[in-house]
Amino acid sequence: MRHELLLTALALVVLIIDLMLKPGQKNAIIPITIILFALHTIAGFLPAQPGELFGSMYRTDALHVMMKNILNVGVLIILLQSVTWLHKDENREKMAEYFIILLSTLIGMYFMISSGDFLMFYLGLELATVPMTALAAYRHHETKSAEAGIKLLLSSALSSGILLFGLSLVYGSTGSIYYNDVAASFSQTPMQVLAFIFFFAGMAFKISLVPFHLWTADVYEGSPVNVTSYLSVISKGAASFILIIILYIVFHSITFLWKDLVYIIAILTMTIGNLFALRQKNMKRFLAFSSIAQAGFILLGIIAGSKTGMTSVIYFVLVYIFSNLGAFGVVSAISNATGKENMDDYDGLYHTNPKLSLLMMLSVFSLAGIPPVAGFFGKFFLFTSAASAGYYWLVFIAVLNATISLYYYLLVVKAMFINKNEAPIASFKSDMATRIALIMCTLGLFAIGFWGQLYELINNLSIGILN
Amino acid sequence: MIQGIPLYYFLVVSTLMFFIGIFGFLTRKNLITMLMSIELILNSVNINFVVFNKYLYPQNLQGHFFSIIVIAVAAAEAAVGIAIIINIYRNFRSIDVENVDQMKN
Repeated sequence: MRHELLLTALALVVLIIDLMLKPGQKNAIIPITIILFALHTIAGFLPAQPGELFGSMYRTDALHVMMKNILNVGVLIILLQSVTWLHKDENREKMAEYFIILLSTLIGMYFMISSGDFLMFYLGLELATVPMTALAAYRHHETKSAEAGIKLLLSSALSSGILLFGLSLVYGSTGSIYYNDVAASFSQTPMQVLAFIFFFAGMAFKISLVPFHLWTADVYEGSPVNVTSYLSVISKGAASFILIIILYIVFHSITFLWKDLVYIIAILTMTIGNLFALRQKNMKRFLAFSSIAQAGFILLGIIAGSKTGMTSVIYFVLVYIFSNLGAFGVVSAISNATGKENMDDYDGLYHTNPKLSLLMMLSVFSLAGIPPVAGFFGKFFLFTSAASAGYYWLVFIAVLNATISLYYYLLVVKAMFINKNEAPIASFKSDMATRIALIMCTLGLFAIGFWGQLYELINNLSIGILN
Repeated sequence: MIQGIPLYYFLVVSTLMFFIGIFGFLTRKNLITMLMSIELILNSVNINFVVFNKYLYPQNLQGHFFSIIVIAVAAAEAAVGIAIIINIYRNFRSIDVENVDQMKN
């Protein structure tokens, strides 16, 4: 419970400090929030007691704590990356709101991960998505941002509606909303199968799996860059965590059914995400489709249904946080300095900004899964877990897709290092916070891959499908 | 238990409401109407929860609590939604979805 209490207190403290600051010194809220959040992240690593609250609506153990810590690290990097952007004139009036809304969505994700029944799960989910729409529409004078906000709001509201209808059928057929009771009495009556399908469709919207992915590219393009990175990394990571927990714990009695479903959706998601990524010119849209394809790879670990499956999913999300935030960090630094977001603008970037180009290269190599960086190990463990469960054809298709994805990731590298450009983006210096964030990403990309105990650590806490 | 009305009548009503909501969401062009369609979906869920609770599991109150919380969350969602729609109107001078199409593939 420490995570939730600390973060709630933190959000309130930020709100109060913002009220007390005089109009001229509002900028002080940025370092204060980041330092407090860094302390909160460190406090999260202290040993915590497992336990239950509210009649087991809320429960926490080492697995949940680890998932929350992973999200914390990602959010810390995002906060550091957004400093430059928050200092702009257009945001002078509403800096504190950015922090408060972002932190409250994180509280929602905490509760969602720690939920012990569907009521808490639903509350956490809504706390994580409703404020998110306000963040997507944060630059409210810009038409694109307003459009992203309404698209995110409508699609997430519709998906929660569908999910809720599934939950009501679950309640009607089992008489309980507690995970343990539902798991004990869930079988294969048509009503329960229907309930599960509605539930899964709602979750697929949140993780943007094909065929529920259509909102992703538009929302990612329209939102401010840092909000996009939050959506693509933290929201998606938290939703994958809770999806795998619910599939393994609650729906373990219809495993054969959801495995077929996940099998088909995994193939569709990887393939369609990749094919659409090939033709994107805007960096944010490009990363949006690449993140759809990455969600398809996550399904490979879920379908394995074993302890290694869950380990590989958590490990992959951790790697994905660092590699995607590295890429988004570069996009955000360039967008803040020059306002350019298209892939053509990156031509010849290496000659003017070698460090940024190198980090971008490492990040896309990690997303593509090329050996020295951590992304390779993430994909490798996912493929191993799916193969050890006997899904050879699925792994084969995934490897083909990884090869296709290599093509478009290398297009970015080619643009930066090889393409000639008369007027490349001028050389610029980032401020301290952005640099720290980018250095954290670079270190993470190497450290996670080479620190072997990390996998063991996650493996000790993971669970497989109960039988 | 309500005299003379079997459980299954309520379920037919709520399922119809759910699909009318989905249909409305997919076919309407006005953003406010789309938001209203979502409210229909959420209300069909509420009917389901309350009716299941009353007819099948009257010994506990989980379904009632769930529907109360769904109502509260739906209000919050509508508040944020209408704020964003007002913002859309200021930017586009219209709340018709066909005009809100700055970004396309």
